[in-house]
Amino acid sequence: MHIPDGFIDPGTSAVAGVVAIGTVGVCVKQAGKAIDDRDVPLAGLAAAFVFSVQMLNFPVASGTSGHLLGGALAAVLVGPWLGPLCVAVVLVVQALLFADGGLSALGLNVVNMSVIGGWGGYAVFVGLRTVLPRARSSIVAAAGIAAGVSVPLAALAFTVQYAIGGNDATSVSTVAVAMVGVHLLIGIGEGVITAMTVSAVMAVRPDLVYGARARELAPVAVRAPMATTVGG
Amino acid sequence: MVVRRNVLGLVIAGLVVAVAVATFASPFASSSPDGLEKVAADKSLDTDVEDHALADGPFADYGVEGVDDERVGTGLAGLVGVAVTFAVGFGLFAVIKRARVEPEPRPEPSSAAAGS
Repeated sequence: MHIPDGFIDPGTSAVAGVVAIGTVGVCVKQAGKAIDDRDVPLAGLAAAFVFSVQMLNFPVASGTSGHLLGGALAAVLVGPWLGPLCVAVVLVVQALLFADGGLSALGLNVVNMSVIGGWGGYAVFVGLRTVLPRARSSIVAAAGIAAGVSVPLAALAFTVQYAIGGNDATSVSTVAVAMVGVHLLIGIGEGVITAMTVSAVMAVRPDLVYGARARELAPVAVRAPMATTVGG
Repeated sequence: MVVRRNVLGLVIAGLVVAVAVATFASPFASSSPDGLEKVAADKSLDTDVEDHALADGPFADYGVEGVDDERVGTGLAGLVGVAVTFAVGFGLFAVIKRARVEPEPRPEPSSAAAGS
């Protein structure tokens, strides 16, 4: 879902660029408050892993493929501030080195995949984590479902951008239906890959999964019983 | 309290998986247009599309200039991409870490009281 140059008009792309820079700035600031030595290589790995798996296009329908976006995955693994930065790094490398995703469209792509995919996915993850039983499998399931939802969310974000700055060749509702339809299918792949990845890390180092670790940030009153549950 | 253990093992294992996927699996990935490309073509959203300004770069479109075998080129481009993405990410996050604003030291009322 990398938007090339020319799909969306320059004005809309520029506004998205400003929004993208602003959100990246917020993420840098917030990440800077809590980042520790372990986060540096871990977040670097999350970025490299997302880049790698984004290359794995899987078929979803006749003549159509999809690939991981990775926003929800990165946010669950390294948190909602470092996660979007990981995906932004991926998008910058792809645009500059591999001519994938337009240069003027970089802001649009960061907004859709890094911010909407990352924060939208993470919000769904947190909501599900709250209602699901406190178990390792719940973290995996919540991550998978959230990742699945994040893809049509990103597709809707593109549709909004098209409505504002597209070429008006097709009605917005038609674009919305087509984009959300195919990205619901791609979302299944996103959910499966995300659940598999989170499950693999949870199996060896659950303490390094931010989305599982962050439960310790709950109020002090419930921290102790939860910590023992997680440890057991 | 979560026991803090080294992360080197996980990072190395993760990078091995990332390199393996990008280098050896991605050349066999689907080459069909992705969801956005397909919708854009079907619904004529791409009438004003422009060529990428860096389309002549040495790794453009996940290939390597001078490597004629498409699968070898894709795999090599994937390897380069994983290395560059890790390096750029590591560098960015190291800078953020170095600039980390340390929280205000907590006042220790008991010792302050004892000192006075």
